[in-house]
This record gives sequence, C-alpha cells and structure tokens, in this order.
Amino acid sequence: MNPLFDIAVAVARVAVFFAFVFGLVVVMTWVERKGAAYIQDRRGPNRARILGLTLGGVFHPLADALKFLFKEDFIPDGAHRLFYQLAPMFALAPAIMTMAVVPFGPPVTIAGKTIALQIADLNVGILYLFAVSGMAVYGVVLAGWSSNSKYPLLGGLRSSAQMISYEVSMGLSVMGILMVFQSVRLSEIALGQGELLYGILPKWGVFVQPLGFVLFLTALYAEANRTPFDLPEGESELVAGYHLEYASFKFSMFMMAEYIHMVVGAAVVSTLFFGGWQFPYLADKGFAFPGGISVAVPAAAVLILRIGSFVGKTLFFCWLYVWVRWTVPRFRYDQVMRLGWKVMLPLSLLNIFVTGLVLLFIDKGGF
Amino acid sequence: MELILFILFGAIAVGGAIMVVTRRHPMASALYLILTLFAVAALFALRQAHFLAAIQVIVYAGAVVVLFIFVIMLVNVPENKLPMERVTGMRLLGVVAAGLLILESAVLARKFAMPAGSTADAGSVQAVGRALFTDYLLAFEITSVLLLSAVIGAIALAKKKI
Repeated sequence: MNPLFDIAVAVARVAVFFAFVFGLVVVMTWVERKGAAYIQDRRGPNRARILGLTLGGVFHPLADALKFLFKEDFIPDGAHRLFYQLAPMFALAPAIMTMAVVPFGPPVTIAGKTIALQIADLNVGILYLFAVSGMAVYGVVLAGWSSNSKYPLLGGLRSSAQMISYEVSMGLSVMGILMVFQSVRLSEIALGQGELLYGILPKWGVFVQPLGFVLFLTALYAEANRTPFDLPEGESELVAGYHLEYASFKFSMFMMAEYIHMVVGAAVVSTLFFGGWQFPYLADKGFAFPGGISVAVPAAAVLILRIGSFVGKTLFFCWLYVWVRWTVPRFRYDQVMRLGWKVMLPLSLLNIFVTGLVLLFIDKGGF
Repeated sequence: MELILFILFGAIAVGGAIMVVTRRHPMASALYLILTLFAVAALFALRQAHFLAAIQVIVYAGAVVVLFIFVIMLVNVPENKLPMERVTGMRLLGVVAAGLLILESAVLARKFAMPAGSTADAGSVQAVGRALFTDYLLAFEITSVLLLSAVIGAIALAKKKI
C-alpha cells in the first residue's frame, strides 16, 4: 500500500502516545500535590493564576515548568561533568521508550487497512518492556555517583540495589499471566482478556492471577521508587537522594522520568491485569451480558468505550500511586531487601508453580 | 536495508568495544560496554532472534553491567590516581594476533557459507522455549544446577557463619 500512509500512521501513533503520556505527567504533578493536600487536610497549591483564574491550582505545573527552565543550570565543582550531564538523559530516555508496546485500543480498520493502536507490536512484547525499563537504573546510578557527594551516592546505591532486586520478582510475577494467555505480546494478552470466566466474570488478569497482580503491583512501586519504597530519595535521611545535586531542567528531567514510569506502569498494570482496552461484557457488536441479554452498540461507540476504558483504568492506577504515597509510611532499607528476596521472590515462584499445575491438570486450554 | 543496518550496528559494536578497552576512566568503559551490548542485541534482532536480543539487553546491559558500575562506584578511584597504561611490546603483539584472528575468521566465513536468513519465528519466544525444554533439556537443567551451585558458593564465601 501507500508508504506515505504508513508513515503518517506511524507518526500519528507516536504523537498521540507522546501527548497522552506527557499530558498525564503534567496532570499528575498537579494531582499528586492536590491529592497530598486533601489527604492531609490542607488546601494544596492554589496561588498560580492566569487572568484572575486559579481553577484549583491547575496552572501550577505550568509555573513549575517555567521555573525549571529559568533556573541556573548548576554543576557542582567536584562533579564528573560528562557523566553528570548524561545521567538525566539516561533516566528519561528509557522511561519514554517503555510506552511503545502498550496497546491503547483494539486494532481499527481505516481505508481497508488494519491499524494497531500501539506504537510497536513486538513479538517479544513484555520482554522489551523489562529490557528497556531495566535501563532506567543507569540514570539513577550515574546521577548518584557523578555528583561526587555522599547523599546522592548512598541514594544511587540504594536505588540500584532495590531496582535490581525487584526486577527479578517483577519478571517472575508476570510469568503466570504469560502462561495463562500463552503469549508475551501485550496486544494478545489484552485480546485474551475479552473472554468470560465461567460465563460471569470477565477473564481479567486480576481474576486468574490475583497473587501475580499483588506481586506485580508491589514490584512496580519499588521499581518506580515510589512510597513505600522511596528510600533512595528518603528526605529524612538522604535529603533528596540521587538527584540532590541537580538543579534546573536536569532535575526536572528526573522528575519527568519518575512520572512517566508511573504513567506507563499504570498503563501496563491495566493492560496485564485489568483487561487493557476491554470493557466488561462489551463484544465487537455490543454488550452481551451473562444471562443472554444483549444490547447492540454502534462500532464507533464500541471503539470509544474501549479506548475510554483503557484511559480510565490508567487514570485510576495513576491515582492509586498518589493514594498509596500519602497513606503508607516508608520502609526501612533492610525491610525492603527482606521483602524483595524472602517474600516476593518465593511467592512469585510459588505462583508460577501453582499456575503450571492448574494449567496442566485442571484446565488444559488455559482456564 | 538489512545490510545497511548490519553495517551500522556492526560498526557501533566494534567501535564501542574498542572504546571499552581504550578509555582511561572505568565508568566511560562501562558505558561504552552498554553501547556495544545494545548494538549486538540489534544484530540479533536483525537475524530474527528477537528473544535473544531482549534477553541480551535484560541480562547483560540491565544486570551485569550494573554490577560493574556498582563496583566502580564503590571503589571510586579519584581521576588523578587512575593507573596510566603504557604501550608495550606484548600489547602490540596482541593487536597483531587480533588482526590475524579477524583475517582467519574472514577466510573461514568465506569458505563455509553462513546459513541464509532463518525463518521468521525461529528466534521467537515460543521457538526458543520449545527448543530449550525438548532438545536441549539436559544442557538447560545442568546449567541451572551450575548457576545454583555458584549462588550457594557465593553465599558460603561471603558469610562467615552459616
């Protein structure tokens, strides 16, 4: 077919994803502070105003961006200059790359051509996700080391140890999902969750792999360095951890990387465990409820409902990060390590073993 | 197209590897090593070995080099105390030997034609998994026992009292 059409589609997909992720990042910085404020019974940011409008502080992210842009780009004297400047790029680039394999809707047909609503449907799917997100540790480590200061070094060490430890349980906790849906492609996993379990429940990952879901969510929080696993930047001990010596836009790149990790993580959790773009009981032709009641829905509305369902789930998990952050206290370092190696790892292995047994003896067709 | 990509990533891999051994600062060497590993992963992907490419990045670039960097961070030799390496006769001989090796493998590669582009799914997760758990099961299991004993050995060495 027309190569120009293909290029246009590819560019459009990348553009939509960039807009979605970065838009959510901006919104999340506001949601985080506002959410924190309401959970702690305060008002939160409400001063930035444009033409007398404050709109509950939604202009604060804008003010933040301007502030970061106009601050002095400071490099400490003893820093390893090259590595110091590379570190934020090492943090941000993998974070952006991870979004490429998450499907945000079913394939749609435009002008006789099927277009996947996904930047790249790689046949290693989720492995790509792990490979790329594993690169994020370099940003943290390089930042901690190249700042040539004690607190960032400790933060960098802590966070690299933590990220490597939890990567293991994260990879293993997804294994059950891969076994049930017999694919590593996120598009096929999302598609497989459209079926019904025993004719009543949607066959979402969370229903067939409840333990896997808990383990994955925990590992995700640890990987994103979010509370209760945020001790790489624990203010009370390390001031700010690995990005302590960073200012201006370099600091903001670390912040962006963290928020992109959150957004992508939320999208991945909803894809793997909550059906991705699947809307409960919604088939291609319309709603088909258990009990034989069906309601016809036009195709365009089905597509909108499905994409909306993906966005809604992602937004919920983004909010969950904030909710957890301001509810749960921080772990101690030894507790984090003990949880990772002595609880999460054996449990995820057990999960794989039991899933294998069930698939082998009880349900040969995968639940 | 494939040839262009092969030459590009091959050049990156070789160039990165040269930088790894010539850089003075170990951190720079480690970062170039990541670049080389990525380029090799890209070469794997070009040969349709997608699973191998992903695993290459996860295991080597994502875990092994992180440990190297860990050590570099912890030892943290100041820049003015890094050892100066000199060009000695031995090293020159090493370069000559490497040149001969490259020449030799080029001759061999011309003599024994490489298998043509493998089928599309020979390197997929399913194909590799099936091969590992059927034809190569014994080797796979023995490797896992080897790794287990290495882990136990590391713990035994590191802990004074078990």
